[in-house]
Amino acid sequence: MKIALGPILYYWPKERVEEFYADAARWRVDIFYLGETVCSKRRALRRQDWLAIAGRLRDAGKEVVLSTQALLEANSELLQLEQFCNNGEYPVEANDMAAVQLLAGRVPFIAGPHINCYNGETLALLAGLGASRWVPPVELSAASIGALQGQRPAGMETEVFAYGRLPLAFSARCFTARADNVGKDECEQRCIHDPDGRPLHTQEDQRLFTVNGIQLQSGTPCNLLGELGPMAAMGVDIARISPQAEGTEAVVRAFRARLDERPAPELPPLDYCNGYWHGAPGMAWHGNEPNPG
Amino acid sequence: MTRIPELVCPAGALPALKAAVDNGADAVYIGFRDDTNARNFPGLNFGPDDARKGVEYAHRAGKKVLLAVNTYPQPHNWPIWTAAVDRAAALGLDAVIMADPGLLRYAASRHPDLRLHLSVQASATNHRALEFYHQRFGIRRAVLPRVLSLQQLWHTIAHSPVEIEVFGYGSLCVMVEGRCALSSYITGRSPNGSGVCSPAEAVRWEETPQGRQSRLNGVLIDRYGPGEAAGYPTLCKGRYHTEGRPYYAIEEPTSLNVLDILPELVQHGVAAIKVEGRQRSPAYVASVTRALRTALDTCAADPRRYQVREEWAAALDRLSEGQCHTLGAYHRPWQ
Repeated sequence: MKIALGPILYYWPKERVEEFYADAARWRVDIFYLGETVCSKRRALRRQDWLAIAGRLRDAGKEVVLSTQALLEANSELLQLEQFCNNGEYPVEANDMAAVQLLAGRVPFIAGPHINCYNGETLALLAGLGASRWVPPVELSAASIGALQGQRPAGMETEVFAYGRLPLAFSARCFTARADNVGKDECEQRCIHDPDGRPLHTQEDQRLFTVNGIQLQSGTPCNLLGELGPMAAMGVDIARISPQAEGTEAVVRAFRARLDERPAPELPPLDYCNGYWHGAPGMAWHGNEPNPG
Repeated sequence: MTRIPELVCPAGALPALKAAVDNGADAVYIGFRDDTNARNFPGLNFGPDDARKGVEYAHRAGKKVLLAVNTYPQPHNWPIWTAAVDRAAALGLDAVIMADPGLLRYAASRHPDLRLHLSVQASATNHRALEFYHQRFGIRRAVLPRVLSLQQLWHTIAHSPVEIEVFGYGSLCVMVEGRCALSSYITGRSPNGSGVCSPAEAVRWEETPQGRQSRLNGVLIDRYGPGEAAGYPTLCKGRYHTEGRPYYAIEEPTSLNVLDILPELVQHGVAAIKVEGRQRSPAYVASVTRALRTALDTCAADPRRYQVREEWAAALDRLSEGQCHTLGAYHRPWQ
């Protein structure tokens, strides 16, 4: 099984992004997804900057995919999407049907986690349009993914979101700006100060969600390290690790060790979730091992 | 001459369908009694007999019936969804509202004469996505998620290959419909998979020394002071905190209401205005339908002199979540 680093879901300064990928080029990661998928107001890196990072990773022998935005509202966002889809060098991860429309029948593409592919007929449709890989929606269980593995078209790879805070929802509203009592038009990209998003707690201080601009994520990171065995057994090709502000290298090491059947180093002692995989509420933790938190 | 948008009203059962038809709806949308539609609530929706009676009643009055089969089937339950589409085709309905691409393909190939509308659950927020569904499945109309500002809406309508239906009144989804897994994260059931959000079986009310509390699968959604009105604990309308004082971190309990911008919606060619609320009572459906019918007719008679009358606004606010209303994403500062 291969390891992929998903797109950075948070807004980091340009230098931090470049340093992150300079480091990550040396990790045992096979596939890199690059680009801004959440908010078009995050412009620290321009298209040329992403392409420069892509070039360096490719020179380091990595597979590179350009990820695209999930919620496309403005015409300027569609034009940006077209430029990414027409890049001519790298495959593209579609996260909206607009991207599928632009890519279909022209170049192979990856159907990302925000394309609602819940059944074999949709998977076959996407394959017919040129999808060579798909990432199931985060709420799909192992049982459903397993059933879909049995129906998957020849040549279709499956990649599962295996580590990181789950992207659960998108809105027109910016919840980071709202937390500071300003509107989205006055946001001044304040999410750049939350490199891991901003925790949202209940009135009993239970960590419920994570605010990431117009996106809400799970409160705790999803961690499927303990499920890599069953995942491999059902023929999943790739485990996706979603970059976090700190400790991503340790996560990559742990996943790689487990895949190599070596003793895995300890992960940071956090509260994790893996409920979706087990067909339970996503926030739940199931398994033989206690939650490290 | 500008076309007046169709008024599309909800019905969770036969009495509500009749109320909608009798009070001026041009079309009524319904769902079957299972998880093939996004309002899969206990005691709600239409069995085969009621669906047939509903279609007869509406058609006698010259009105349409639309059926929502707008959730996402999974491998183990796929045949239930295709059976729903087949039944819909046999019922002589005016259109089926769908979201799942695989199911849309099934319907388009198996029932080529069936009129297809794209559900809001398909999350199509731009004209490229609309082109996709139009070219692949021949959809004739799309319901847009409640995320576009008015400028974005006008642009989308101008470039869309299909008719556009927008939400006009009712409880407000803050998230892009079809892209929200908040409910399954907490309860295991979501609109996409099960046709429910914040399902009733997961709700618990408690009276405590701190006040009345609402929980969803054990998670505290809100805590109410003495005399404070308590609303249904929908996840996105709870009070949470980032650091410090709890606030409506996602959205206040409020309803969308487009009365203020009706002439603009008409002028820019919106084909239909949808009222949310298949879970609401026949009395609710009757009141909302009557208010919007009157407003639309007034607007049609003389769009330039159209003004929201106090009694329409008051009637709608009484029925609103939190007794207040918003323009939602249409109004840029809301975002």
